[in-house]
Amino acid sequence: MAVAVKTPDLTLGPVLFNWPAERWRDFYFRIADEGPYRTVYVGEVVCAKRAPFFAPVLPEVIERLVRAGKEVVLSTPILIGGPREAKEAEAMAAETGPMLEANDIGMAALLAGRPHCIGPTVNVYNERTLSFLARRGAVRCTLPWELPGAAIERLVGAVPGMAIEVVAFGRIPLAISARCYHARAHELAKDSCRYVCAEDADGMAVDTLDGEPFLAVNGTQTLSYRHLNLLAELPALRAMGVDCVRLSPQTFDMVAIGHLFRAVLDGAMEVAEALSRLAKLAPGARFANGFFRGAAGVEALGALAAAE
Amino acid sequence: MSGKIELVCPAGTLPALKAAVDAGADAVYAGFRDRTNARNFPGLNFSRDELAEGVEYAHARGRKVFLAINTYPPAGEFAPWRAAVDDAARLGADAVILADIGLLDYCTEAHPRLRRHLSVQASAANPAAIGFFHRAFGVRRVVLPRVLSVPEIAALNAAVDVETEVFAFGGMCVMAEGRCALSGYVTGHSPNTDGVCSPASHVRYIERGEELVARLGDFTIDAFGRDRQAGYPTLCKGRFAALGRVSHLFEDPVSLNAMELLPALAAAGVKALKIEGRQRGRAYVQQVTSAFRAAIDAAAGAGPEHAHALAGIAEGGRTTAGAYRKTWR
Repeated sequence: MAVAVKTPDLTLGPVLFNWPAERWRDFYFRIADEGPYRTVYVGEVVCAKRAPFFAPVLPEVIERLVRAGKEVVLSTPILIGGPREAKEAEAMAAETGPMLEANDIGMAALLAGRPHCIGPTVNVYNERTLSFLARRGAVRCTLPWELPGAAIERLVGAVPGMAIEVVAFGRIPLAISARCYHARAHELAKDSCRYVCAEDADGMAVDTLDGEPFLAVNGTQTLSYRHLNLLAELPALRAMGVDCVRLSPQTFDMVAIGHLFRAVLDGAMEVAEALSRLAKLAPGARFANGFFRGAAGVEALGALAAAE
Repeated sequence: MSGKIELVCPAGTLPALKAAVDAGADAVYAGFRDRTNARNFPGLNFSRDELAEGVEYAHARGRKVFLAINTYPPAGEFAPWRAAVDDAARLGADAVILADIGLLDYCTEAHPRLRRHLSVQASAANPAAIGFFHRAFGVRRVVLPRVLSVPEIAALNAAVDVETEVFAFGGMCVMAEGRCALSGYVTGHSPNTDGVCSPASHVRYIERGEELVARLGDFTIDAFGRDRQAGYPTLCKGRFAALGRVSHLFEDPVSLNAMELLPALAAAGVKALKIEGRQRGRAYVQQVTSAFRAAIDAAAGAGPEHAHALAGIAEGGRTTAGAYRKTWR
């Protein structure tokens, strides 16, 4: 008997960057109308100081997405530090409405006993951790970026009822800190930062002393300069039985890029064709897939190397 | 919380463990010689026999030994981590320092009487997270991530029923611990699964004109002219260009020294002070342990003379109070 291979759902991760509220709202309106995503994650995950700007437009964004038939999940902060952030987290957890994604283990604790998602910045590396979180109500887990394909394969299907999601596109969040590097680069303090992170819609470029592009700073978050690109790995992810494939928003056309990933997942487009189209949709972008292949995350291997 | 603050010191070797005990450490923490701990460096750490001897040495003098098993077991590779926990229990370790939820779950089930501490690598910085590890796994002590100021630590201690341990001296992560993939991005070796950061195997120094260039993997992390002493290219302590300006964007090559904050940390309800540096030699362990022993024992807390005594052995020769002061952010 042939085993039916299910096709993974496509999801859109939360906007990581400090976009003006209007741009942020319009981005999601267009995703609602034209994006090929089954699930859309919304919410400020990097800096608590930004959240008030999005709060006024959040309800209409959620409503528009839901009306368009998308599942909406509210993403929550990566780092819950001092007493104020802890209190805000408790308030978020107490609200009824869309399902929440925990990006700090403290939030996962607050959501115990009801269905919730585990985000990619919660450390899930093995079957026993996954199983424990499932027993406490987690229904979906987006695995950390640094997990190699071999680990993903082991975790898919390891725990009944726990869907596995893998991030396949966008700059890779590599670290989070209490310190704001955007403010530091502008010689400002975090408490009086003037929201300078808004100046870099895809993150602030960080070069080495040789002038080589290296990282991107997004407030307290440090990302890779290169964009993760698992287009060439989609057939493998599908064969593993991965439940969801997530793209992380950048200022590129995320509707068109979503359609590319969807087409490859559906077997409607060859990987080589999709790679060449992505290069046009993300002009100047350099790509990486090293983590998936068990190598340094920055590396571009296999079909990705051939495409460069 | 009452009583004298506990001094927890690092040991990468048996001689360092004995030096720490002799210099007045209340507890020494160590790891096995494999990737089950976050200082998986060549030539460092303990065999099972060495740990047994270390435990015997410490216990004979009324001190404790904690075993750090604080990396994350990858899928399908649980066995070495399980063995480390089993052996820690068998060899009489006073506590294990764990980070992974799956491993905590195993330890709670298999060795319910083995005292469990939560490693800084678990990144539990709020009451909800700490309460979770306490209730689910009976964790008795949490090593706090270096993201909180002293007033925030005081507020946290008031909100949780668990002892807290904070870093007082040594190399300092700028990023939230246990949540940093910078090293893995550049070298393929990560703190969480390999127990290394910016590993020496991937470091090269290249002479370029008047400069010595320090590279990690394929990237230049810093360059040293004649005016600067060459340092180790730990990724987050390097110099980079942003906004057209070259700087130590993430952190200067400084190390943590919270000795002057000792009375404030004690007043904030902190139970134990941790010294970083299992990769450092016996002389470092002896010197730092002695200085902090003296400072803790001095009824009024630390005087500046103790802090001064440590200036020479800090990384880069300079120190900071880091996140303990809010202005650091």
